[in-house]
Amino acid sequence: MAKREISEINAGSMADIAFLLLIFFLVTTTMDTDTGLIRKLPPVLDITEPPPPIKQRNIFEILVNANDQLLVEGEYIQVTELRAKAKEFIKSDPTNPNMPEFKMTEIPRLGVVPVSKQIISLQNDNGTSYEMYIKVQNELVGAYNELRNEFAQQKFGKPYTELVQKSGSSDAIKEKMKAVKKFYPQRISEAEPKKVGGSE
Amino acid sequence: MSKFRKKGKKGQPAVNTAALPDIVFMLLFFFMVTTVMRETSLKVENKTPKATEVAKLEQKSLVAYIYIGKPIKKLQAAFGTAPRIQLNDAFKTLEDIALFVEMEKDARDQVERNKITWSLKVDEKTKMGIVTDVKQKLRKANALKLNYSTKKTDKISN
Repeated sequence: MAKREISEINAGSMADIAFLLLIFFLVTTTMDTDTGLIRKLPPVLDITEPPPPIKQRNIFEILVNANDQLLVEGEYIQVTELRAKAKEFIKSDPTNPNMPEFKMTEIPRLGVVPVSKQIISLQNDNGTSYEMYIKVQNELVGAYNELRNEFAQQKFGKPYTELVQKSGSSDAIKEKMKAVKKFYPQRISEAEPKKVGGSE
Repeated sequence: MSKFRKKGKKGQPAVNTAALPDIVFMLLFFFMVTTVMRETSLKVENKTPKATEVAKLEQKSLVAYIYIGKPIKKLQAAFGTAPRIQLNDAFKTLEDIALFVEMEKDARDQVERNKITWSLKVDEKTKMGIVTDVKQKLRKANALKLNYSTKKTDKISN
């Protein structure tokens, strides 16, 4: 019997098929990662215990109303001025009796240092726009970041952001990062919102 | 004449394209591996605000998304224009958040459960009332690590 010849499969269109798939995945793929402001919520507390009293001088009060206006320490300001004000407050000044007090705290790598007892209290209205809320949050985080950067630069010769980036690589850097973080702890307290002034 | 006579005209030889499928396959596999399919279709308007101090969320698998905003134009006839919460693929109410938190936690390994970041994708025009309510619910459900999703910008204005 004669051998039947098996013809070779034409693979010429394989490239076309692969191209088709490639274009599909190119279009559907999303490379961008989500970015944002990372914050921690406080855990739910027992209401039976009254909160410890805090001296007025240690609190930096920020109120945002339904018309997106800012009242900081009883003063009406623009959001662009907030960062400088917050920085001044967080840094504190031992000679000024209206600025936060200091507490001597032992921090590894820094020894016993005065840490300011600052607390930022943020209260917004139910009618405040989310955009404004983010702006305020952003300025506060920015104020802490700038102070930490300055401090880290002065103590360790590197900005804080660099320490954070490299904290995974060595324990020494991680310790430095933690020390800076302890020197300027981020204390932003958000009060339960109230329905005050202004229309929705 | 001689037997070394050249046969016919000699044109430019064609470029060998035999390796083309290989190259394309390589690219294809790269995109197949890196691709993350869009899991949800947005039902709310979602233009996140801009901020300067943004950080990247590193592990995508450890992020759960909560969308808040006005329903999109197409759905406004049915759902109105009041801001709504979207979890996964559907509109949900505040009461569903606790369940959503539990389900997201269940879907992940034991060790990773406390590392989930809850990314709030809120439209910039939304009022804080609903956002605060959602935050309180998350707090009660012990979902404390939040991310306010924002885009990066160099400068913010008043």
